[in-house]
Amino acid sequence: MVESGVGAGAGKGDRGPLYAEPPTIEVRDLHIAYGGRSALSDVSFDVYRHEIFGIIGPANSGKTSFLRALNRMSDFVTGMEVRGDVRINGKDIGDWRNVYALRSRIGVVFPLPVGLPMSVYDNVAFAPRLRGIRRKSELDDVVERCLTRAALWDEVKDRLDSLGSLLSGGQQQRLTIARALSQEPELLLLDEFSIAVDPVTTMRIEDVLRELRSELTIVLVTNLVQQARRLADRTAFFLNGTLVEIGKTEHLFEGRVNDERTSHYIEGRFG
Amino acid sequence: MTPVPRARLSADTAAMDRRDAAWYVDRIAQWLVFAGGVSAIVFIVGIFVFVTREGLDFVLGSLNLREFFGSIAWRPTSNNPTYGALALIVGTASVTGFAMLMSVPLSLGVALFIAEFATGKTRETLKILVEMLAAIPSVVWGFVGMSIMNPLIIETFDVPVGLNVMNAGLILGLMAAPIMTTIAEDALKAVPDSYREAAEALGATRWEVIWKVVIPASKNGILAAVLLGVGRGFGETMAVLMASGHAINLPTSPFDSVRALTATIAAELGDTVQGGNHWGALFTLGILLFVVTFVINLTADIVVRGIGKE
Amino acid sequence: MFTATPRNRRSYRVQNVARAAFFLATVALVIPVLIIVATLAVKGGPAISWEFLFTPPRDNLTAGGIMPALVGTIWLVVVALLASVPVGVAAAIYLSEYAPDNLLTRTINLAIINLAGVPSIVHALFGVGAFVLFFGAGTSILAASLTLAVMTLPVVIVATRESLQAVPPAFREACWNMGATRWQTIRKVVLPNSISGILTGVILEVSRSAGETAPIMFTGATAYIVFLPQSVMDQTMALSYHLFYIATQQTGVPEELTFGVALVLISIVLLMNAVSISFRVYLRSLKKW
Repeated sequence: MVESGVGAGAGKGDRGPLYAEPPTIEVRDLHIAYGGRSALSDVSFDVYRHEIFGIIGPANSGKTSFLRALNRMSDFVTGMEVRGDVRINGKDIGDWRNVYALRSRIGVVFPLPVGLPMSVYDNVAFAPRLRGIRRKSELDDVVERCLTRAALWDEVKDRLDSLGSLLSGGQQQRLTIARALSQEPELLLLDEFSIAVDPVTTMRIEDVLRELRSELTIVLVTNLVQQARRLADRTAFFLNGTLVEIGKTEHLFEGRVNDERTSHYIEGRFG
Repeated sequence: MTPVPRARLSADTAAMDRRDAAWYVDRIAQWLVFAGGVSAIVFIVGIFVFVTREGLDFVLGSLNLREFFGSIAWRPTSNNPTYGALALIVGTASVTGFAMLMSVPLSLGVALFIAEFATGKTRETLKILVEMLAAIPSVVWGFVGMSIMNPLIIETFDVPVGLNVMNAGLILGLMAAPIMTTIAEDALKAVPDSYREAAEALGATRWEVIWKVVIPASKNGILAAVLLGVGRGFGETMAVLMASGHAINLPTSPFDSVRALTATIAAELGDTVQGGNHWGALFTLGILLFVVTFVINLTADIVVRGIGKE
Repeated sequence: MFTATPRNRRSYRVQNVARAAFFLATVALVIPVLIIVATLAVKGGPAISWEFLFTPPRDNLTAGGIMPALVGTIWLVVVALLASVPVGVAAAIYLSEYAPDNLLTRTINLAIINLAGVPSIVHALFGVGAFVLFFGAGTSILAASLTLAVMTLPVVIVATRESLQAVPPAFREACWNMGATRWQTIRKVVLPNSISGILTGVILEVSRSAGETAPIMFTGATAYIVFLPQSVMDQTMALSYHLFYIATQQTGVPEELTFGVALVLISIVLLMNAVSISFRVYLRSLKKW
């Protein structure tokens, strides 16, 4: 089995998507609705191991709802209904008896950075502590490793005791990524992470994601078409709650599309 | 690249999908806090049940509704006891009415001043003073009625007795003012600033904005505030007991002494035989108080809810 | 550039009159409080001494101190807190963190409003019927404190719920997304960031229950007992009931003494309130996000 822990794959080089393996995520006939109002309908596709899977589309196209369904956050959102099949590593997510264990395997990064109101150290040590890791040396190790991977270590190593919620926006977003990595996830979901982040930080985070691809599978929802172009192996285009098109990113950007709305969106004619 | 056999992945996830200690703790916590939430209902039902339980024998046996609501003869300890609560009801109503007469305009004025005119430090200070006012215990208010207001009323109005409707009403008015002020101010604050700005853009003065825009928009909240104030006055016990004179009487002027429903229970329960008719009659007064305040609170809640619908 | 039209001048006059009227209303509400506190201080102040606070009453309550009443009030308040804080905080957690918007939740909220609105004397009747008689606690600190606890439960619930809801929802979602259970999220993020608000509510409850008279007068308070309570099954003197008793039931009590008791009671209550308020103001100045 391919090791999926953070750092476990470091130095093994950039590994492309493993299309030959069974897909990490299988989505079949997924419908999402809020209080009867449909947000996403009839979506089916696969995401493969070690792939960066981009999802683009204008606001309200169902991108964020999709991510919420993936880790069953929908359980906690009143009025959110999910129908259809989502399998992660071959197991239907609805079958998990301990939904928290499922979520602990999936890292999530939000549009707006959320530094928890505790020290930077505690932010990153939160998930490992949930897993039962208590030894200080082990926690120190995880914190340093994850902050380094998130390109934040150098900036905060001297103030690990300061409040995570009072870091700058860009730092908080990298803190969120470090936190997601501390879960040692198999799957990383990013939802428009660059909205509240300056361009330089965005580029640094993008570099981090490229490196991480060799270790885990990434679903990248983005409002920036060019970001999908820079990062994603394959890209899906969502519009008004439907999946319009899915394809290799370079194909889409070369104009090899099945639906002309995709080109229109990519070229910026609407959005 | 060796393909990963699906069976192994599934086995892996199966091992991870265990209900661990954290899962069970979460479940237990969920039930415990749920029990805490439901306890509020248990207590309010419990109050009704236990008060009714003690009063039930009287209600089913000796209670004569016509006497209860139509006679002023509250003579529970006489050889031929009668339980006419009319004077007590009128006593409570007169004191509460007097209190509201004074307190409603006062509280609304204060609420308007705090919400619409006062700013910054003044506003904060006033809100704190109102909160302090609400904190003064009712027994202290009663004592103030007896020791400060009583001589003051006798002297100012040249009347023989200073423990009367006016005294208890004034005290009660001050006691009910904080809750009315707070709720009314919340209602005024809930009117969106855009309403005010729109009216001001049309050239309205601050006063016109308040009178023609803010008050109409918050009338439900203000009504709820008045209702809760009435409820507070109606249920007040110690202050009314100490300041009203505690005399069975149908008042004809604010200078007459009266006796309130609440005060009657407080004054007499200690001297009654448990389970007797007098005991049951006092608990029956309790049922009456409970039902009336429940209806007042329910109405206030429905009125406030009306705001959301608009 | 613009000249004031008569209409304009008139409406500005109206506005100024209105402002003055509202200001007067405010003064009319505030002045009595100051007068009351000042009078109590002037008339009761001379009675206050160490001896007054720390000796029992003598000569049929017409002399001596208030020690048993003071200690009794502390007993009553502490036992009431022990009962109501866990239940109130649990209820607030349920309402803030779990409760869906359904009929049950609306019923709970209505019950809380009513618990706060039911007259204190009805709470007293409940205490007699339930704790003193039905559950067999007799007239005791336990029965009186439980009655106080039920009565002041809304104070804890409302204050706690408010401070829980002041914690931004994004923090909770961040924790859930890391695989934290709801309870882990509450314990590690929500409660630590609202504990001070909860404390503010608890202090407010102390102030409330220390001043209540009606709920304790038939459930556990007694007029004259020189011994300090030894257990929750004992009856006890209490400051509020003591004030009521010497002001209305006992003859020959010097005025100074009564004012002294009133002053001690109102000082405790207002002090607690002041602590709670300044705590709240201080908390507002601390920004953690």
